[in-house]
Amino acid sequence: MTAALSNDLVLAIPELILAIGAMALLLLGAFRGEGAAGLVNWAAVGVLALAAWATLAGTGEAPRLAFSRLFVVDDFARFMKLLVLLGAALTLPMARSFMARAGAERFEFGVLVLLATLGMLVMISANDLITLYVGLELQSLALYVLAAFLRDDAKSTEAGLKYFVLGALSSGMLLYGASLIYGFSGTTNFVDLAATLGHGDGTGPAIGVVVGIVFLSAGLAFKVSAVPFHMWTPDVYEGAPTPVTAFFAAAPKVAAMALFVRTMISPLGDLAPQWQQIIVFMAVASMLLGAFAAIGQSNLKRLLAYSSIGHVGYALVGLAAGGLQGVRGVLVYMAIYMVMTLGSFGCLLAMRRGGQMVERVDELGGLSRTNPMLAFVLAALMFSLAGIPPLAGFFAKYFVFVAAIDAGLVVLSVIGMLASVVSGFYYLRVVKVMYFDDAVGPLDRPIPLPVRLVVTASGLLTVLYFIVPAPLLVSAEAAAKSLMP
Amino acid sequence: MIADLALGWPILSVITFLPLVGAALVLMVRGEGPAVDRNIRAIALMTTLLTFVISLVLWAGFNPATADFQFVEKAPWIGDAITYHMGIDGISILFVILTTFLMPLCILASDVITNRLREYMVAFLVLETLMIGVFCALDLVLFYLFFEAGLIPMFLIIGVWGGKRRIYASFKFFLYTLLGSVLMLLAVIAVYLQAGTTDVPTLQQFPFTVEAQYWLWLAFFASFAVKVPMWPVHTWLPDAHVEAPTAGSVILAGVLLKMGGYGFLRYSIPMFPDASIFFAPLIFGLSVVAIIYTSVVALVQEDMKKLIAYSSVAHMGFITIGAFTLTAQGIQGSILQMISHGIVSGALFLCVGVVYDRMHTREIARYGGLVNRMPAYAFVFMVFTMATIGLPGTSGFVGEFTILIGAYQVNTVVAALATTGVILGATYSLLLYRRVVLGDLTHKDLMAIGDLNWRERLTFLPLIVAVIWIGFFPVHLTGSIDASVDHLIAQVQAKRAAPIPVPAMAEPVPAAGEGASQP
Repeated sequence: MTAALSNDLVLAIPELILAIGAMALLLLGAFRGEGAAGLVNWAAVGVLALAAWATLAGTGEAPRLAFSRLFVVDDFARFMKLLVLLGAALTLPMARSFMARAGAERFEFGVLVLLATLGMLVMISANDLITLYVGLELQSLALYVLAAFLRDDAKSTEAGLKYFVLGALSSGMLLYGASLIYGFSGTTNFVDLAATLGHGDGTGPAIGVVVGIVFLSAGLAFKVSAVPFHMWTPDVYEGAPTPVTAFFAAAPKVAAMALFVRTMISPLGDLAPQWQQIIVFMAVASMLLGAFAAIGQSNLKRLLAYSSIGHVGYALVGLAAGGLQGVRGVLVYMAIYMVMTLGSFGCLLAMRRGGQMVERVDELGGLSRTNPMLAFVLAALMFSLAGIPPLAGFFAKYFVFVAAIDAGLVVLSVIGMLASVVSGFYYLRVVKVMYFDDAVGPLDRPIPLPVRLVVTASGLLTVLYFIVPAPLLVSAEAAAKSLMP
Repeated sequence: MIADLALGWPILSVITFLPLVGAALVLMVRGEGPAVDRNIRAIALMTTLLTFVISLVLWAGFNPATADFQFVEKAPWIGDAITYHMGIDGISILFVILTTFLMPLCILASDVITNRLREYMVAFLVLETLMIGVFCALDLVLFYLFFEAGLIPMFLIIGVWGGKRRIYASFKFFLYTLLGSVLMLLAVIAVYLQAGTTDVPTLQQFPFTVEAQYWLWLAFFASFAVKVPMWPVHTWLPDAHVEAPTAGSVILAGVLLKMGGYGFLRYSIPMFPDASIFFAPLIFGLSVVAIIYTSVVALVQEDMKKLIAYSSVAHMGFITIGAFTLTAQGIQGSILQMISHGIVSGALFLCVGVVYDRMHTREIARYGGLVNRMPAYAFVFMVFTMATIGLPGTSGFVGEFTILIGAYQVNTVVAALATTGVILGATYSLLLYRRVVLGDLTHKDLMAIGDLNWRERLTFLPLIVAVIWIGFFPVHLTGSIDASVDHLIAQVQAKRAAPIPVPAMAEPVPAAGEGASQP
């Protein structure tokens, strides 16, 4: 009994590190008061690094189940967890100077990020509809608070409230879908679900299961902000404090996508004909809306919000294709997307003029003269987000479309490609303002060191990825393999 | 001996990436001011000259007797299927030389650029790397990478250093080209999934089904047709040319347009021969429209650059006709014409640049009688006007004439209609020359205009030599390409389902033509 329990606990070490770390830092903050904010922030980064190190243990082993099969650890989970931990660990240091200027440097920030990340790790390792829900809610509750972290700022509180109301609605839908699936199959466990739903006797699944899948996908689509459940994204992205937005765009999106992929491929894998058209629709709608709606945006955060909706559409193309190649495509896409999006928000965080954050596109005018390096990185990221080779974003798109065409989704691919041309327009507009327009004025200096490091790193990764593309591909392939039956 | 020298080291990679090294050096030059600018210009010029010299070594080491790919380099890159595979044959070598030949001249012609010189030179050097890469790549994905990445520096060149409507032109250029290219990317992926590799020599042997060929051909066509550009997707070109700085126009007309024609020869025809035969009438139709319609449009232009831009579209029409005749003469002619057009149209844009730098206008009506003040300029302009018309003894004649021979063998109507383009071409070119250079000097502000300075003479000299040299000794070029063109024809013959249907009426016409000229 104890041996079994300790076995289970060993598999959950990263989660345990985060949970204990979060609680310890909460106590520390409570005893030391507001002065502990800086310490807690750096300690939280340390905790995340420790968890990442623990995650790496056992790489390459066969998938293992724990806690009465509620929890699974495989290469897929490790890959996604590392991404999430990286995303969280990079946003925390970037947030410090921002929060200090906003007068909101409180220790709760680090703790909340840790708790949200814990929820994400649980989501990624969920092997049961119950675990899925528990992880999702832990993550979401922490995120709601983070969105409203600037409690004196009307936009921030509005973002938090909006996120909460719509998030609660989506959680309700997800729960309803889960209960329908449970009702019609008699189990919530992914392994049993796969076995129950899988045996094809020619009659297809019960209608209740199909309705359940629809609700479940709707709830998950909300979390990854896929059309038609995207409405919260622009408002929350714009309203939330910029470092929080960076965190939203990176970590939770990766975790939710991981959950989405696992749920669809692992327990519902045999029902692919039932859910594939839902995903195809969401992918098409997301890509098109992301491309067209961003054209009219003048706020950079809103623009990036619509851009993220579009990018989720491209990642969903990989999911729609399914199979090893499709999952690999999604993994590569999310990894590259996270680097690009963290870099873009890093650039946003680096830009202040007269003490005010630069958030409007036209405020970037002539940036290539005043801050050539920053302009270069942002331009590279924009071209990369548009999918122009030889930048990393091109490879991300390439691998999902390889999967899609292999799966015969040619029309979807053509629409996706055309949408990428449309989206090219607004990415180019950012470059145009920076390079072609007259200078508005120099930015405040100095740029905080953590922000500078993140921006530099993501710029280098984006520009030079083409030299050694193999490692990411190989690990994504191994991760995708571990998910396949 | 030179061949041994060339084979010992990865010469193609060196030629391709040397400009990138130059760009890095330019970036390392710190500071501002005239002295720094001079250093930047010197570095850029030296880099491009060195690249040109090495490319001449490449040409010297090139074995014209074989159609195989030479100087091949291969290294693993992405997974098992996609490799870093470089190599050249007779079809690509001349384009590499053309690129490295034009680049130093572009740097020389950029003396007027003082605004953000460092970025300007970096953009041009990066662009050179990408252009050479396009012609050397022997892997579809690698090719796509070079092909598409070229958009970024050109977008910046037009947008930052361009004219009044530069933003409109740069966006149009970028999005137009991107739209065509993404469809090609889908086809690249489909080719990869069908054949399991993106290795070009392997793909050229791969038997695609006829049905698949049609779709893949159309997707490649979407990209190459925009790039060439063919009517009716040519509208980005006049805008881009008019707004681009002089050197940008030279590169655009000289090299970037050739990527489309090269793409047809390297990818569309050998990989999809059945589709190429099937769609040849489409190409002929669009090309004939391009030749006649854009020539007529060129006649009424008031802007010198726009006129030359439209004439480029017309000349590229000849090239696409030649390529899709699928005859040895036609393809050879289209390669020669591409090289010639690269030199001649580049030179014409330089000619426009000379007077634009002095008067800051490109309006034809603002000039006239320049011969009185600028005799050397008038001579230079005349040489290139004659070359663009296709006067025998210039490079323009050789290409056009061979293309027409090829076209007569396949379709006399197309050939006849294309020939009218030669006449129209003479009309608008001579008209331009007469209005700008000849006549009396009536505009007062032209009284003080100075003739070519030494830097400009130095820029034009190699171009004039090249035009005349190709005109008199085309064999120096065809010698390199013969084997590869024959190989290409043989490939198409071997792969295609049925022989090319030669219309019966095609035979007597050239015979009559020969009879008329030989008594």
